[in-house]
Amino acid sequence: MGLKRKDILAIAEMEKEEIELILQTAESFKEVSTREIKKVPTLRGKTVVNLFFEPSTRTRTSFELAAKRLSADVINISTSSSSVVKGETLLDTARNIEAMQSDIIILRHASSGAPYILARALRSAVINAGDGSHEHPSQGLLDLYTIKEKKGGIQGLKVVIVGDVLHSRVARSDIHGLKKLGAEVHLAGPPTMIPLGIEQWGVKVHYRLEEAIAGADVIILLRLQLERQGKGYLPTLREYAQLYGLNSKRVALANNGVLVMHPGPINRGVEVTPEVADGLSSVILEQVTNGVAVRMALLYLLSGEKS
Amino acid sequence: MERVILNSVEIYRALTRIAHEILERNKGSKELALIGIRTGGVYLSQRLGKKIQEIEGETVPIGELDITLYRDDLAHRKESPVLKKTHIPFDLNDRKIILVDDVLFTGRTIRAAMDGLMDLGRPKQIQLAVLIDRGHRELPIRADYVGKNLPTATDEKVEVLLEEAGEEDRIVLRKGPGAGGQGSGK
Repeated sequence: MGLKRKDILAIAEMEKEEIELILQTAESFKEVSTREIKKVPTLRGKTVVNLFFEPSTRTRTSFELAAKRLSADVINISTSSSSVVKGETLLDTARNIEAMQSDIIILRHASSGAPYILARALRSAVINAGDGSHEHPSQGLLDLYTIKEKKGGIQGLKVVIVGDVLHSRVARSDIHGLKKLGAEVHLAGPPTMIPLGIEQWGVKVHYRLEEAIAGADVIILLRLQLERQGKGYLPTLREYAQLYGLNSKRVALANNGVLVMHPGPINRGVEVTPEVADGLSSVILEQVTNGVAVRMALLYLLSGEKS
Repeated sequence: MERVILNSVEIYRALTRIAHEILERNKGSKELALIGIRTGGVYLSQRLGKKIQEIEGETVPIGELDITLYRDDLAHRKESPVLKKTHIPFDLNDRKIILVDDVLFTGRTIRAAMDGLMDLGRPKQIQLAVLIDRGHRELPIRADYVGKNLPTATDEKVEVLLEEAGEEDRIVLRKGPGAGGQGSGK
């Protein structure tokens, strides 16, 4: 089977089989990244555009590298250097890019749903690289890949997502993906950062970190979005670090072989202590490596001829 | 309409002969490695490896090559083909590689396989072994070792059915509408 869609917008709308196909395809691409010549001619002649309306190093570089390893031509456009600063609309910008024969557009935007507008209007495939607090599907998929690779499977694992779930698009993508693949998902964080009614998604909510972590197989830490902290979600960062920061003592409550994950960038000493972030349980850098393979898989699977 | 071209005994004999030819031409198994093109070629390369070991008493390294990423028709397909893994657990440099496939048809698969190999290293030489050469080449490629030359029409389909894929060993020629293509029945 192939992907049943022209675009990758959200894990929420993907079927389990599609997710499994992407993860399986990523495994083959990981092999390409270990070669001496890390390049295959698969997307020769295709044009991939990174259209980033929010700052990003990791995701943009990861998509750029993925496209280049598949021999596509890559163009990076960021807001500050584009005509958006002159008042051009998102759709007009994208239509102009498409008029230059783009094949795949990767969009990051601060507004939830922005990629849907492009996907409907354009012939090019659109990949959501993070939209507001909605979803970040490629990050979700690379998290699933990393867990599957390290644990051999996802079904039945206890996965705890810690922190600012309210603002986190990564958390939403992770929850949807993990649930579809059969994990038991727990959330932990301050009550101000856990969305009301999220239990309806089939997750368990905890306000005490120790309670959530007990017996966990995977702990996914979310980045505390310091830029949003002026809005009164937290009394102080120090208090957050004390109540929800992951340290060695807390890791010891989890199952043996627990994985500690973080989508980055890390606020060291806030979400996680340096000894845990750099410790044996941490797979944070492996997530970055796997991100390239997963994004290669997405570009490959979307590159068939469009009818 | 279906016609059996080779049965299990004939496949056995063809592979035995190819194994002898490989050893004769290369003066033994030194520097040799077998690489099967997924999927049928992998099974055949394993059988050839076993035979070479029986004859020479030496183990020849065997690898598996998936050529999907090197295909020249990806842009024209409605959906991308399912990717399998390439696994070559030895250094290609300065080795004589015997590329193994079940059916040689247009030659495009072999071109893709050679491109793939070149990205993985610099073999001293690449030779090609196929069980069936059905003609209709679109590229200037020919096999060094052929189990059977089988003149076919383009609308016929050659199916290589092997025990490793849960079939009884046989090679079948099918004719009729929709039978176009190479097809190896795995």
